[in-house]
Amino acid sequence: MTIKHHLSDQLLMVYAAGNLPEAFSLVVATHVSLCDECRARLGAYEAVGGAVLETETAEMSEASLEACLARLGQPEAPQKPVPRRGFLPTPLADYVGGDLAQVRWKPLGMGVRQAILPTGKGASARLLYIPAGQSVPDHGHRGLELTLVLQGAFRDDKDRFGPGDVEIADESDEHTPIAEAGADCICLAATDAPLRFMALIPRLLQPIFRI
Amino acid sequence: MLFKAYGDGLLLDHRPSDPTANLPRISCMMMSQAITLHYSDAAPPQRAYVGPRQVAQGRRLAATNETDWAALMLAVRDRQDRAAFAALFRHFAPRVKAFLMKSGTEASLAEDCAQDVLATVWQKAHLFDPTRASVATWVFTIARNRRIDIARRDRRPEPEALDWGGEGQEPDQADIYEAAEEAARLTEALKILPDAQRALVARAFYGDLSHSEIAAETGLPLGTIKSRIRLALDRLRTKMS
Repeated sequence: MTIKHHLSDQLLMVYAAGNLPEAFSLVVATHVSLCDECRARLGAYEAVGGAVLETETAEMSEASLEACLARLGQPEAPQKPVPRRGFLPTPLADYVGGDLAQVRWKPLGMGVRQAILPTGKGASARLLYIPAGQSVPDHGHRGLELTLVLQGAFRDDKDRFGPGDVEIADESDEHTPIAEAGADCICLAATDAPLRFMALIPRLLQPIFRI
Repeated sequence: MLFKAYGDGLLLDHRPSDPTANLPRISCMMMSQAITLHYSDAAPPQRAYVGPRQVAQGRRLAATNETDWAALMLAVRDRQDRAAFAALFRHFAPRVKAFLMKSGTEASLAEDCAQDVLATVWQKAHLFDPTRASVATWVFTIARNRRIDIARRDRRPEPEALDWGGEGQEPDQADIYEAAEEAARLTEALKILPDAQRALVARAFYGDLSHSEIAAETGLPLGTIKSRIRLALDRLRTKMS
């Protein structure tokens, strides 16, 4: 997997700090599972967290050490991490409750399907299935939208996004992504605002489909 | 058993008894002017931790002469050494408490949670790998997760864990040294940032700043840390394939 489009420094830093809405965290965790470069960058930001931790102290009560020592039990036995079993990276498989076959797709028309994933407030996450060669309706964004390609590829006017690539789009982007010919395109997308579609009909349907 | 003298601070260094395993580390320590003394026939002392003053002393020294938290953490991990744990507690619990208070947690809850975090350090010691992260970095990730629990907000999905195959394998002392050294340099670099910039970085990690409020440029030298982790990942991938 040759990844060309990576996570931004801001995303990695806020994720390292533990302050990213859950839907975006899911995209970050899934991308990092596929991308050693971003895993290493994340490690560097966690080291900044370690440095920040070193800077301030607050006095603990006298009894705290004894109290803590008294409750130490048998340490956990080492466990081998569970290797990825199917197609979906583990953090995503946890949200789907299985692999690609377990995704509960809802049709959106023109062969496009989506499955909304259960995440906390502030942003939403969904899987998108776009048949090869099919365009996603022209849309702009409010807020931030992350789209991580899991299978196939899509293009817009500027770039191509293949497996593992993450597209980071904000207010300024208005584009018409088209799934490439070949394999159908499957993406994980997260946004902190509902997408607004330029065409009238999809906009009317928007509240119904939550797209 | 090795004793390392840091000025008037003295810390015991629990490392494997195989003398050759220590060689790269010793030479590195000598280059950085830390005095390394051998007490090969000394009786194994009961306490790895000599006193709070000495630990505090360790913190004030230059980056290259840091207290060897990784060695203490390995003593906890590999031998359930309670004295080593006490030394780690005295250093890190007040820092975790401050971190949680800065993140908006009230003092008495922060104190309880700092105890929880340190108990987790003991409980999950097997996950600590000194070649990949410093003790401070590792403790930070546990404290961060505890803070997320306190806020009872969103879940934070974690990336896939990798099988580093570290269990029962002796970590490379030079790698441990490198990781600790880089972490110490980063801590120093953070200290000398202009106040406003340092405050922004700190606020980001206290969970005060959202994605749109964060500046990408921290002014911190992160390249070497990233490169070292990347190299370790490349080596792991080669081994796996």
